[in-house]
Formats: sequence, C-alpha cells, structure tokens
Amino acid sequence: MTTDFKMRADYQEYFSPAHERVRRSVREFVRKAVLPHIDDWEEAGAFPRELYRQAAEVGVLGIGYPEQLGGTPGDIFFKIAATEELMRAGSGGLVAGLGSLDIAIPPIVRHGTADQQARFVTPVLAGERVAALGITEPGGGSDVANLRTTAAREGDHYVVNGSKTFITSGCRADQVTVAVRTGEAGARGISLLVIEKGTPGFAASTPLKKTGWWASDTAELFFDGCRVPVANRIGAENEGFFLIMENFAAERLALAVMANMTAQLALEEAERYARSREAFGKPLTGFQVTRHKLVEMATQVEVSREFTYRTAARVDSGRDATRQVAMAKNFACGVSNRVTYDAVQIFGGYGYMRDYPVERMMRDAKITEIYEGTSEVQRMVIAGALLK
Amino acid sequence: MKIIVCVKQVPDTTEVRLDPVTGTLLREGIPSIINPDDKAGLEAALRLKDRYEAHVTVLTMGPPQADLALREALAMGADAAILLTDRAFGGADTWATSSTLASALSALEYDLIITGRQAIDGDTAQVGPQIAEHLGIPNISYAEDLRIEGNTVVVRRQYEDRSHILRAEMPCLVTALSELNEPRYMTPRGIFEAFRDRTVKILTRADLAIDDGNIGLKGSPTRVMKSFTKAVRGKGTVVELDARDAAGWIIERLQEKFVL
Repeated sequence: MTTDFKMRADYQEYFSPAHERVRRSVREFVRKAVLPHIDDWEEAGAFPRELYRQAAEVGVLGIGYPEQLGGTPGDIFFKIAATEELMRAGSGGLVAGLGSLDIAIPPIVRHGTADQQARFVTPVLAGERVAALGITEPGGGSDVANLRTTAAREGDHYVVNGSKTFITSGCRADQVTVAVRTGEAGARGISLLVIEKGTPGFAASTPLKKTGWWASDTAELFFDGCRVPVANRIGAENEGFFLIMENFAAERLALAVMANMTAQLALEEAERYARSREAFGKPLTGFQVTRHKLVEMATQVEVSREFTYRTAARVDSGRDATRQVAMAKNFACGVSNRVTYDAVQIFGGYGYMRDYPVERMMRDAKITEIYEGTSEVQRMVIAGALLK
Repeated sequence: MKIIVCVKQVPDTTEVRLDPVTGTLLREGIPSIINPDDKAGLEAALRLKDRYEAHVTVLTMGPPQADLALREALAMGADAAILLTDRAFGGADTWATSSTLASALSALEYDLIITGRQAIDGDTAQVGPQIAEHLGIPNISYAEDLRIEGNTVVVRRQYEDRSHILRAEMPCLVTALSELNEPRYMTPRGIFEAFRDRTVKILTRADLAIDDGNIGLKGSPTRVMKSFTKAVRGKGTVVELDARDAAGWIIERLQEKFVL
C-alpha cells in the first residue's frame, strides 16, 4: 500500500484558459451591447427584451444547462466567470433581470417532462421567452412553508387564487414558476405550477419602485380563479417545497458572486478616483486614512471572493454545502455593503451624485442582504447546521 | 472552397500601461489576443464558410502559447488550426516570418489566403503581401469589403480618400482591415469544443522544406538599430467651433507661435 504524500499543497486555479475565453467573450458582449446603454436602462427601469435574445446568441443564458435543451453544460466556474463579466456592466438589476431564468427553470430542467422542457426551458434558453419565479407573498417571504396562494384541483386544471410579490422579471415574464398550496399546511402541501402570461385570472402589476436594481422589473402578481392545466405542474403534487429547496444553494451562491463583484467594482472606482482627486495639495491616496480604507476594502473583497470560490467548488463537487453557501452569501453581502459605502465616502459629494457609478452600487448592494433569504435567515440556516 | 487565415497572437495594446516613472511599457499580465485585423480576416472567412460551405484553416507562427489564439479561432468556427512553432523560428523579422509561413502554406491546399493588414505590435503591414510574393499569387491589400464571384475575389480596397474595386482570380491573398466587419463572439459551446475536443496541428522546423537562411533570426535581414519610447507630449486642446471660426482660430495660434 502506498500513501500519496505531497510536500506542497496543490494550489487549485478555478479558472482554466477555456473559462478565460468565456469571460472574454461575455466582456466583449457587455462592452458592445450593454455599456453604451446601461445608464439609460437604469433610469428607464428596464432593459430591452431584445437583450435576452442577444445574450442567448452569445451563449450566456445557456451556460450550465443540458445540451439537448439548448444549453452548454460546464462546471460552475463557467457560470461564475459569465456572471462576473455581466456584473461589469455596473448594474445588478440587469444581471438579476437577465438571470431570472436561473431561479425559474432549474426545477423544470430537473423534474419537468420532455413536453414541459420543450415548452418552458428551450425557448427560455434561446432568449425567446422570459421566465420568472413566484414564491414570496405579500404576507410572507422567508417562511416559504407557510405560503397561502391556493390551487384547488378541478378535473385536469388547478384553480389558483392568491398573490405573489417582489417577483423579478414579473412584469414581462411569459411564464412564472409559481409555488402554490395544493395540500396540507406546511412544507408538504406545496406544488410548483408554470403559469403562462395571458392565462385568464392572472395579472401582473406595473413595475414596483425600488431602492436599487432599477434595470430589473419587479412585480406583484395576482391570481383570481386562474385555471392552470395540471400538465403545467412540475414534479409530483405536494413536493414543490423540496424542488424549491434544491435550487437554493445555486441561487444564494449567485448572489454571493454578484455581491462580491459589486464590491470589486466599487473598489476599482474608489481606487481610480483616490489616485486622481487632490485635496490639500496631494492626491487622496497620499493620505493614510484613504490608503488604509482602500487596503481594508481590498482585503475584504479578496477574502470574500476566495471563500465564495471555495464554496462554489464544493457545490460543484456535489457535496453538501448548505452551511458554507449561507456563510458565503452573508459574508459577501456584508462586504458588498461595507465596501460600496466606503467607496461613496471616498468620492465625497460626487459619490452621492447619480453621475457616479458608486452611488448605484451602494443602492444595489442593499438588496443582496435581503434577496434569496435575508441575512437573518442565512444565520438560522448556519445555526441549524452548526448547533444541531 | 478552401480558405486559410493567417493570424498572429499579440499583446492587447489597449491594456498596456506605461510605467509612470520610467515611461516604458508594462507588459506583465497583459492578455494576449488575436490581432484585430487578423480577426476581421477570420470573420470574413467564416462568413464565406456560412455562405459557401468553405473550409477554414487558421495558421499561426509563434511560441507554444499561441495555441490559445488558435483555439479562440476554433471557438469562433474555424475548422482546423495549425501552429508553426520551433525555437529555430524565433527572432524572425517580416521576411523570415513570411518565408516560413509561405513554406508551410505551399504544402497546403487553398483557394484564398486571408491575413490581417498589419499587427498592432509591429505595424509593418509587410507579411501578407510578402507571403503572396513567395507563393507567386495575386495579392489585394486593405480589404474593407470582400465577396466571391465565380472563381474570383472582388475586393474594395481602402485608400485615404477613395477606394478601388479590384478583382483577382483565385488562388490569391487578401489582407483585411478591422473595418471589414464586426467579428462574431466565441460562444461557450464553441469554446468548450475548441478546448476539449479539437486538436491543433503542430508543425516544426523539420516539417518545412526551407533553407536555414530564410528562417528565424539568421534569416532576418532587418536590424533594429534602436528602440525607444516616444516622449509623452502634453495634452492637446479641444475647441468646438464651426469650420470657418476653427480655421481662424488655428491661424491665430500658428501666428502666436510664429509659424505663420
């Protein structure tokens, strides 16, 4: 028997030359198709629908999905490289809006029938249809198991009544993966239905006005006697809760990546500004107070990013990473809020002006501590794993 | 139709920064890219492939890491890739480079060879026309538009104040301008295939029938006498005036400086 003993650790690089090419390609897409317009889209509160099709053409939407559904399978770092480069547009709202399919279609990819996948996955990956996920309700967000929207079976239809809120891409979604109550109280009475735009009894609000993420549309959805074919149910009846939980790790990890990237961009902006802005006869980088602030920001961002990558590798290997994902998300979102706040401070009055990107970054950072499970809920998850 | 596109891997000069103290180029960590004119040439070839089912081969001479530039070309849609690499090819000027490339090309089948006009790290614009000369085929340079008619290539050749429409019988060589087109993106699927499934054919000194006197440093008649960084001049002044006022403004400045 031999023991494989090494004197040095294998230092793993997460990104290969192939990952770098995906990064390069998405960066080029952002430079040409997004950056010239992003400020206008942010102010308008939406980006053009056409961008879904363009992103699909570049292959951005399909990364990580099966080939037979129109995707391009690959390890998790392909998705991370693409997300990081999309974030270079400087708009979390754009990335959340373009990426709403990543929360809406994974249950269909994992548990949908071939017919459901042909109707609800392939056209979405092709950028022809917009998909959203509807879980949160006006009366409850994090407490998913107690949602109140009902779906009563009537022959080969469900009759859905209730409402959902804070639904990303909700205004223009062609299809919403909606969590409904089909059975007993609690987690074991929930099912997932795909409800299509235009179904009688289904209506969406106008876009809700938000602190940040302006370029993504966020809606309240209403279901009033909305008849949904049983053929649109994903997976078995009353097992929807577990389908939702399955995707939480990927969703939260994506939020951590976005939060880290928002912090990274704010750091880059602050560093550039501090080099050029002069006060009392020297650049801001000549003052120890600024130097130390930048050092602290850079350290936070780098540490956070590394832990997120480590956690991503764990998720990709198929090991349980519930605790680590919650930690990565909380840490990254905390860093993002602190670093964007400090970046605005370095910019002074200009940082408070809409003409400067750090103003948007600070607004965009806040939602990451709330979206996909608040920081408090993440702590519940971590405590549950730590103190069981 | 068989098309061969010659590409060069170059440092991305848009990312090159100057050392604020010494004024020299900071090359470390600068990503390498396919030379922009060459990329436009590749895109032109891929469009011909889309339209006429042409077979597109990319060819480069360079160090082993130039493999990455070829894989980018494969990811964009090229059918085959050849890397000419050998220490013996090192230190080549445009003559040795074009001789080496032409030697490899002469053993390949082609109807059309496309090169970029010039590389952003050398700016000589000599290699393409020299390859055509070595191979004894017609060359049309500075292509800003390109189409196929029968067994001929019709090219709009750019001049400063006009363009020429030229026709050449194939086989021939065309040098492409970046303005020729907007190159397509590499898709993740293309990238996966290029890195996972495709092979880059490697040719070394031993594979070429060429004299030592025409390759590498020894085969390079060019001698670089001196290389220096131009002193950075002050920023210009931007004024926005209509043409008549602008002319007057310029004359005043020139008079101030006693030029006029």
